[in-house]
Amino acid sequence: MNIKNTPIYESHLRANARMTDFAGWNLPIQYTGIIDEALHCRKSVSLFDTCHMGQFSFKGDIRKSGIENAFCFPISDIKIGRCRYGFILNGIGGIIDDLIVYRIAVDELMIVVNAATTENDFKTIGQDIAGGCEYKNISDITAKIDVQGPLSRDLMAERFGEQIRSIPYFGFMKMNIMGRDAIISRTGYTGELGYEIYIDASAAAKLWDSLLEDERVKPAGLGARDILRLEMGYCLYGSDIDDMTSPIEADLGVFVVTDKEYRGIRGILQQKEQGVPRIRAGFITHSRRSPRHGYRIFHDDAMSGEITSGTFSPTLNSGIGMGYIDTALAKPGTKVVLSDGRVSIDAEIAEFPLYKKGTARNK
Amino acid sequence: MQYPDQLRYSQSHEWVSADGKTAKIGISDFAQHSLGDIVFIQLPEIGASVKAGDSVCEIESVKAASSIYTPVSGKITAVNEALNDTPELVNQKPYDAYIFLVEMSDPSEMNALLDSKKYAELCEKESGAH
Repeated sequence: MNIKNTPIYESHLRANARMTDFAGWNLPIQYTGIIDEALHCRKSVSLFDTCHMGQFSFKGDIRKSGIENAFCFPISDIKIGRCRYGFILNGIGGIIDDLIVYRIAVDELMIVVNAATTENDFKTIGQDIAGGCEYKNISDITAKIDVQGPLSRDLMAERFGEQIRSIPYFGFMKMNIMGRDAIISRTGYTGELGYEIYIDASAAAKLWDSLLEDERVKPAGLGARDILRLEMGYCLYGSDIDDMTSPIEADLGVFVVTDKEYRGIRGILQQKEQGVPRIRAGFITHSRRSPRHGYRIFHDDAMSGEITSGTFSPTLNSGIGMGYIDTALAKPGTKVVLSDGRVSIDAEIAEFPLYKKGTARNK
Repeated sequence: MQYPDQLRYSQSHEWVSADGKTAKIGISDFAQHSLGDIVFIQLPEIGASVKAGDSVCEIESVKAASSIYTPVSGKITAVNEALNDTPELVNQKPYDAYIFLVEMSDPSEMNALLDSKKYAELCEKESGAH
């Protein structure tokens, strides 16, 4: 498979980024250093190239089109100018993808999905849509730049207008940026106050470079992004959740409703009623040692689960991770040992978010 | 990337500086650069007898955990305790931040190690392969 470049690729090379293949895309893993970049985002403003993510546009009658059936959360009651996070599921309630739906107008949506799952998501959602609607994959023509950090609101308002300050958490605004139609939203995946700019792919590199001219702003790569999302307890699709994991097991049941029809609802109802044998939990180690994907979780010498993601947290100065553990053990404070057979790390279960000072929801 | 001439290097990216029978061992600039931000080093046990090529301790960066191998045989006589609290010294000054000392049982093993020119070629080859 050919690795794709984002429209910002040349800028990354100029900044001496170390590049890596992520979901079939050439993306920066780091520029100056992963820890520096993660800490910068927690105190100032970081730019993330998320052009690899997929976007679909839908126009049509939401209630009559059948598109509501594709999602395990209600979309017809999303207010115009607001976004909602949730999942599309398979027949057994496994997660095909996690995504965000934007209500652009009464009869118009934008759906933002993960890069590796874009094609399959487009097909799966399309199966629920009746004829007569306009449903398009706009991923190739849409660029996405994430501007994240506690100073991002000031920066964005100075740059694009004071009205930016009125965008609520999980809200968005249509704007004209550099002569192009753009959407600025406030969702983010770092736990900090932050914005996403969706703009025509041909304008992305120029926008990226101009945002970097501000001294508060630094670029951040996938390494920092992984630390930031793990500190918040956010899942990475393909590592922490997948088509064999349900939202209930992932402890994300709050994003799933039971009062409408959708693919996988029977599995969800059954799990809500009977409970699940394993559930996702967060871990903090008692040292700077970090668990990694695949480490086993032991409690009283018995194998009780598996780690799905782990790293070093520079803000907590310790190893952190998340994984699936026997439901009966999933209580904050439970002592565990995380091991790959060679290395054993003492840890305990901790409540999400592991980092509690994020500014994302600031008014 | 720096490869000081006075040092010898292993294929697994440790550097060695020998003074009589004592070998000082750390990881190369290339190795620290490849690992990225180093966050933890489990130092080896003082007094342990080791053979050239043995894995003697663990080093962890934000990205991954790896082993450090001893390029020479003998007994470990000291470790760099400063790395317990500041493992990032290895990123900052890889050739000052030694990891452990070995009292060599066979100093002729030094002859099997790479000089800086050959080691630089190895690193260049490995960079190209990435």
